[in-house]
Amino acid sequence: MTPVATPFFFYMLAGAAILSAMLVITRRNAVHSALSLIVTLLSVAGLYLMLYAPFVAGVQIIVYAGGIMVLFLFVIMLVNIERVSKERQFNRIWPVGLVASCALLALFLSAFRKGKDLLPNRVGDLPEASNTQEVAKLLYGEVVKTLQLPSGQYVMGQYTFAFEIASLLLLVAILGAVIMTKKKI
Amino acid sequence: MVPITTTHYLVVAAALFILGVVGVLTRRNVVIILMSIELILNAVNLNLVAFSRMWGNLHGQVFSIFIVVDAAAEAAVGLGILIAFFRNKETINVDEIDLLKW
Repeated sequence: MTPVATPFFFYMLAGAAILSAMLVITRRNAVHSALSLIVTLLSVAGLYLMLYAPFVAGVQIIVYAGGIMVLFLFVIMLVNIERVSKERQFNRIWPVGLVASCALLALFLSAFRKGKDLLPNRVGDLPEASNTQEVAKLLYGEVVKTLQLPSGQYVMGQYTFAFEIASLLLLVAILGAVIMTKKKI
Repeated sequence: MVPITTTHYLVVAAALFILGVVGVLTRRNVVIILMSIELILNAVNLNLVAFSRMWGNLHGQVFSIFIVVDAAAEAAVGLGILIAFFRNKETINVDEIDLLKW
């Protein structure tokens, strides 16, 4: 199956992502930055869809654009003071930061130039239809039905343990955020 | 038109990464610095998913989901620190956060 107009959508989404990322780091008002960041996140979700990663795209939209950005917007509303948007937006050593970023860009360019031949020019054949199921199998494990156990037996996936550890990380983060924002412990 | 290869995605991800680094290094507003960190994490995610497509297996996608979890935890804790700090010092500019400076 050949996808329809893939280069057009790629360039559109990539352009939207990069343009709104530029807006994120240049806007004076933090709310405008947050809205531009939402555009970036949605464009990157579109790029995930083009890479046959529908589950990651869904997670990106739900968790990033839905969850994290709401958190950001709430905190902007909580700490937004008029004074901040009126004073200067860049710190005093911004030329140094810019030079360092240009050095990083040069590093990327030279790595790209030197390592272009190392990158295999191939596109793997991902299972397009059962993609989400395969990811879920790696994350959550699956129920395997055997002849001895016709009702099925749960088998852990390759990343199920790491997945549980990630839930522990989220628990610690929730507790940390709540405790830090409390007025008096 | 040239077909879209993995390299195209890598270039987009590198651009997003650079923009995030510029944001972290030059802005004063802590909220925007945290947003730039989200940009950087997104660039890494895009790389992982592109490589996952290139090699034709799904481990890269699983790792990118772990990075999303990590970004959520980081945003929650970072913004919590920010609110606690704002309550004490009434500022959200990084160059005024110098309590530990000698």
